[in-house]
Amino acid sequence: MTDEPLLEIRNVTKRFGSVISLGGVSTTVRAGQVTCVLGDNGAGKSTLIKILSGVHQPDEGELLLDGRPVRLGSPREALDAGIATVYQDLAMVPLMAIWRNFFLGSEPTKGWGPFRRFDRATAIETTRRELLDMGIDIRDPDQPVGTLSGGERQSVAIARAVHFGARLLILDEPTSALGVKQAGVVLRYIARARDRGLGVVFITHNPHHAFPVGDRFLLLNRGKSLGDFAKGELSPTELTRMMAGGAELDQLAHELQREPTEKAPQ
Amino acid sequence: MSTGTVTSAGPDERLARVGLLKRVLLKPELGALIGAVLVFGFFAALSDVFRSASGIANWLDPASTLGIMAVAVALLMIGGHFDLSAGVQTGTAAITSGLLTTYYGVNTWAALAISLALVLAIGFVNGYLVVRTGLPSFIITLGTFLMLQGLNLGITKLVTNTVQINNFNRILGYDVLHAVFASEFTIAGASFQIAILWWVIATILGSWLLLRTRFGNWIFATGGDANASRNVGVPVARTTISLFMITSFAAWFVGTTQIVRLTSIQAQAGFGQELIYIVAAVIGGCLLTGGFGSAVGAAVGALIFGMTSQGIVYAGWDADWFKFFLGAMLLLAVLANQYIRRFAELSRR
Repeated sequence: MTDEPLLEIRNVTKRFGSVISLGGVSTTVRAGQVTCVLGDNGAGKSTLIKILSGVHQPDEGELLLDGRPVRLGSPREALDAGIATVYQDLAMVPLMAIWRNFFLGSEPTKGWGPFRRFDRATAIETTRRELLDMGIDIRDPDQPVGTLSGGERQSVAIARAVHFGARLLILDEPTSALGVKQAGVVLRYIARARDRGLGVVFITHNPHHAFPVGDRFLLLNRGKSLGDFAKGELSPTELTRMMAGGAELDQLAHELQREPTEKAPQ
Repeated sequence: MSTGTVTSAGPDERLARVGLLKRVLLKPELGALIGAVLVFGFFAALSDVFRSASGIANWLDPASTLGIMAVAVALLMIGGHFDLSAGVQTGTAAITSGLLTTYYGVNTWAALAISLALVLAIGFVNGYLVVRTGLPSFIITLGTFLMLQGLNLGITKLVTNTVQINNFNRILGYDVLHAVFASEFTIAGASFQIAILWWVIATILGSWLLLRTRFGNWIFATGGDANASRNVGVPVARTTISLFMITSFAAWFVGTTQIVRLTSIQAQAGFGQELIYIVAAVIGGCLLTGGFGSAVGAAVGALIFGMTSQGIVYAGWDADWFKFFLGAMLLLAVLANQYIRRFAELSRR
């Protein structure tokens, strides 16, 4: 493995009218590593994802893929470059079967001309195999995605991205809507994708989910970077403190503490 | 997971059994098939003629032209949209062909090509407006419906000074048209309209398109969740516009069938039919919210319509009862669909 990062984000800025959504943010993602993007609501996490997945283009700064500057003009271009995004809403259709969802937008076909058709057998078989490879034992690829649990759906979405040749996986808050156990399941799949040599961008507002799998941490607050740290440079407590805005958290802790201490003597 | 560990084979087998039940219940056309059997049994018990060959030919006839439209409308509904202008487009197609040939002496084939191009253009405009504005297709097509209704009447009156176009059988090549659109074939002594054959073909084609092609996958996805589909690279706009144009093509086919069969066309032809198409599709298991349904179901929905409309006559009842039956069937179908959708969506844990 070379030392060159898979993706480098350099001073990326995005404005919407007079609002600076993202201002001069930089970080790197390496193959086989997880870069966590942390921030509270409105920190600019979504904007960053949309830039990486080709939905928006940065106003300033650049993206380097394998050391070469790239311009991602559309989600399709990002996909073709090997950047797959697993959205919070998962981009899955609940009423459709798992295998239909798995190949949605990239259906394998067989036959020719007017007889060109969806190769169902291949699709069903591939779905089953790919999910099993990721350690996901689904009962029946024909069941609607709506019958899966939140964690299972995330896992199917990750397996799909891996199957379609993603080298860089962007996960948009995959654990935020999940219970503790389900979140653990998803974190395990993130680790598995990383071990397969993929670069992972893991967006979250939960430092307890980020710290165990992350190799690198980019902290965002109000569109600005609070810093870009390697794992050793930061402890979980510091991470949480910085995310919540340090001094603000102290103030909050102070406020919350006062009442019980005053009441205690009575 | 409800029972903690998932590594043992025990709970897996239990879940597989639920899955099988779910699979059967999730067939969109199941309800319609059961309904069709019940309706057939009901009227067959009441009337001998209903179950005779000529009786069957009689109730298959209204089911057939409706069925062709219902299949197209079902695809559109699965794709998440309505077309209220579908009924009036059958009239637009027939009136265009009729006026061009009988009043302006345009060559038959050219006239048919022009009317086809015209309704396809209407379908394109419907789809394009829906895609570009993001407004509900209900409103957009209500607009085109009213406009076409006015145009059909206005232009027919302007050119013919009546509300009817006659003498379509005097045009060049009528024999060929009659053979394709309005001939009859005989089974067991009863003569069946060829439209029944076209209906079966339309159902097979629609079903194949929906279940066996990439386009079919895109139809389900577009109706199920357009945003999610866009995110994974499904051409949502193209799919939507194509569906409106498929509906328009079906309208052209049915309109042509009507003018060839009757040799004349009323300026109000097709008004009010658009709701009947939607009723047939919904009885066939299409969800009003899109993303779920089947072509076979819509065809069976049309069959139920045909059986009920003729069955009431054979049973010797006043035809006014027909609307009541149709409404009751629609209500039952919607309730069943609602239940099925909950079953599919709420069982997520």
